[in-house]
Amino acid sequence: MHEKPKTIIEANKSKTFFDFKEFWRYKDLLYFMVLRDVTVLYKQTVLGFAWAVINPLFQIVVFSVIFGSLVGVKPDMNNMPYPIFSCLAVIPWNYFSNSLNASGSSLITANSIISKVYFPRIIFPLVPVLSKLVDFSISFLILIGMMIYYKYQPGFNVLYVLLPLILAIVTSAGLGFWFSALSVQYRDFKFALSFMLPLLMYVAPVAFPASTVLNKLGPTAFHIYALYPMVGAIEGMRCCFSVGKEMPFNLLLIGYSSAFVIFFTGLWYFKKTEKYFADIA
Amino acid sequence: MNETVIKVENLGKAYRIGLREQKNETLVGTFIESLKTPFANFKRLTNLRKFKSDSNDKDIFWSNRNISFEVKEGEVLGIIGKNGAGKSTLLKMLSRITEPTEGRIEIHGKVSSLLEVGTGFNPELTGKENIYLNGTILGLTKKEVDERYDEIVEFSGIEQFIDTPVKRYSSGMKVRLAFAVAAHLEPDILIIDEVLAVGDAEFQKKCLGKVQSVASKEGRTVLFVSHDMAAVKHLCSRAILLKNGSIEFEGNTDDVVDYYMKNAKQIEEKDRKINVENRRGNGKFIVTGIDFLNAAMHPITVLHCGMELNIKISYKCLEKPVNPVINLIFKKNMQFEVMNLLSRSAHHGVMQLQQEGSIVCNIPKLPIMSGRYSIDLLMKYHQDLTDFVEDIIIIDVEKGDFYGTGQITEFVRDGILVYHTWNVE
Repeated sequence: MHEKPKTIIEANKSKTFFDFKEFWRYKDLLYFMVLRDVTVLYKQTVLGFAWAVINPLFQIVVFSVIFGSLVGVKPDMNNMPYPIFSCLAVIPWNYFSNSLNASGSSLITANSIISKVYFPRIIFPLVPVLSKLVDFSISFLILIGMMIYYKYQPGFNVLYVLLPLILAIVTSAGLGFWFSALSVQYRDFKFALSFMLPLLMYVAPVAFPASTVLNKLGPTAFHIYALYPMVGAIEGMRCCFSVGKEMPFNLLLIGYSSAFVIFFTGLWYFKKTEKYFADIA
Repeated sequence: MNETVIKVENLGKAYRIGLREQKNETLVGTFIESLKTPFANFKRLTNLRKFKSDSNDKDIFWSNRNISFEVKEGEVLGIIGKNGAGKSTLLKMLSRITEPTEGRIEIHGKVSSLLEVGTGFNPELTGKENIYLNGTILGLTKKEVDERYDEIVEFSGIEQFIDTPVKRYSSGMKVRLAFAVAAHLEPDILIIDEVLAVGDAEFQKKCLGKVQSVASKEGRTVLFVSHDMAAVKHLCSRAILLKNGSIEFEGNTDDVVDYYMKNAKQIEEKDRKINVENRRGNGKFIVTGIDFLNAAMHPITVLHCGMELNIKISYKCLEKPVNPVINLIFKKNMQFEVMNLLSRSAHHGVMQLQQEGSIVCNIPKLPIMSGRYSIDLLMKYHQDLTDFVEDIIIIDVEKGDFYGTGQITEFVRDGILVYHTWNVE
């Protein structure tokens, strides 16, 4: 006879720390739910995965026309053309925005599952954070296309590309924990998230270089600005593909510190409230 | 053998129910009230998950309280009780979906709970993809699904559609596939809600057969909730009866079921006797009794949504009525008319009755949602109102699988259910 696991369920005594062993047992579920998201997303569309290219492409065109040509924003990445400059912001931003949006409402969407089956709830906000990476990767085709068109060749910083990417992943997971757990109980957060995301985009250095903040407001303000992890993620992404620009390690370090604070407090709040999800979802 | 595998001690679960809000009579009062609303809402939402053990708040409802029992290895325990007795809440606590407010549960072994079949099925995915998704949702690993995949497909009997999106399946096929996955979980302890006992008769039989083989041949522990007393008697060695959230009676199945039936009958006799207090009409053609029968024409005490229901109306008449009018009017919560059964419109040809006897109205699928209904009976003959009895009988209808999809229709709304299909585009 095989060894039997022993479970004790006790009022007000459930674990508030993250049970990694249990999570690991359900890793296949995480995989299949990510797979489901990816397969289902573009089902019954004509263009299919092309949407993952079309959507950011149009944004880049609009940014390039309005900010690049009309407003005349100058990229600070040596000789990087504005469309590439904005592409390197739009791609990570779209990833962040799409995954946070889906992650934040993941528990509300899944409430019929929550009230019928038990498994680690943390899987719900994590699924979009992973599945949107597929769109993210596909939209890199735009970047490649533009680099060919502009005959632009990036430097060796490209090797650092995972640094800004993981920063964006950690940030959207952390905020996803917070918003999904909060919006189960207070639906206000669902509305708050959908109106905050566009605002957050204008705050992030998507249309303009981050150095504008440094030049206009000084180094203190610039470091406070870097607490917003997407600053480091976007600037980091641009520097990766720049020629001879140094990686903004200070921005990344500040960004990572605040992203980890968001991630671990989010995880803590999620675990703390998790046991009520089935009752209040 | 015979080790204790589930030990429940003093288990309790509290919920907050909505209280009626105070309404203001004046415009200024309403305005001030609306300014305060966000604060009140915040307090209300925050309180949803806060229960002080000593608090006496009026809006706290104990769905379960002081429940203690033990289950030994290999035992099949039946849990019975009326709707709202706390059976589902108990199962949800045992399967870790919701946390108890007080008390303790100790479980030895891997638990699988089936409160619904096909949880998490995605209509866009193929049968195969859904087997993997549903299997992992129910706690299997990919490797375990791989090992059982062929058996699951064979059990479901839909091999040739396995690569078709589930949205093209008939509801019966969906249920078969979902149950095939559920039947291959092989846990130490299986928790099953009555959901498996709905659906068509063949499906029911297959489910019960599987439950029985899990229990007897494989020696697994099963907790089984059902309204079907025959199934409980057939499967379970021991049973507990829940009433108002606590254990009312515990013992071997026959004793518990007998106790429950006896009490149910008492309730029935009190509630089900026709009430002729509000009666009008000339009395030439009158009702003498109403009985509710299931598809097999056996009298029943529990009605549920989606079931085949026969309503037997006994009558007396001074002559032999030809084409009389017999109308049954169902009123939800004693007030809103939701359904009318009309003999004159629904009956083909001539209806010829004896002077005394009974007539049966058959509803292939009871379309009314769970709740309490009162029925008015109207009888007319030769254009004269012969008998009109308001609130002749009160019935409680419970949730059921109206659409035959294996899902219990949970929405509590007014109106009736209409059979229909959806196509995702």
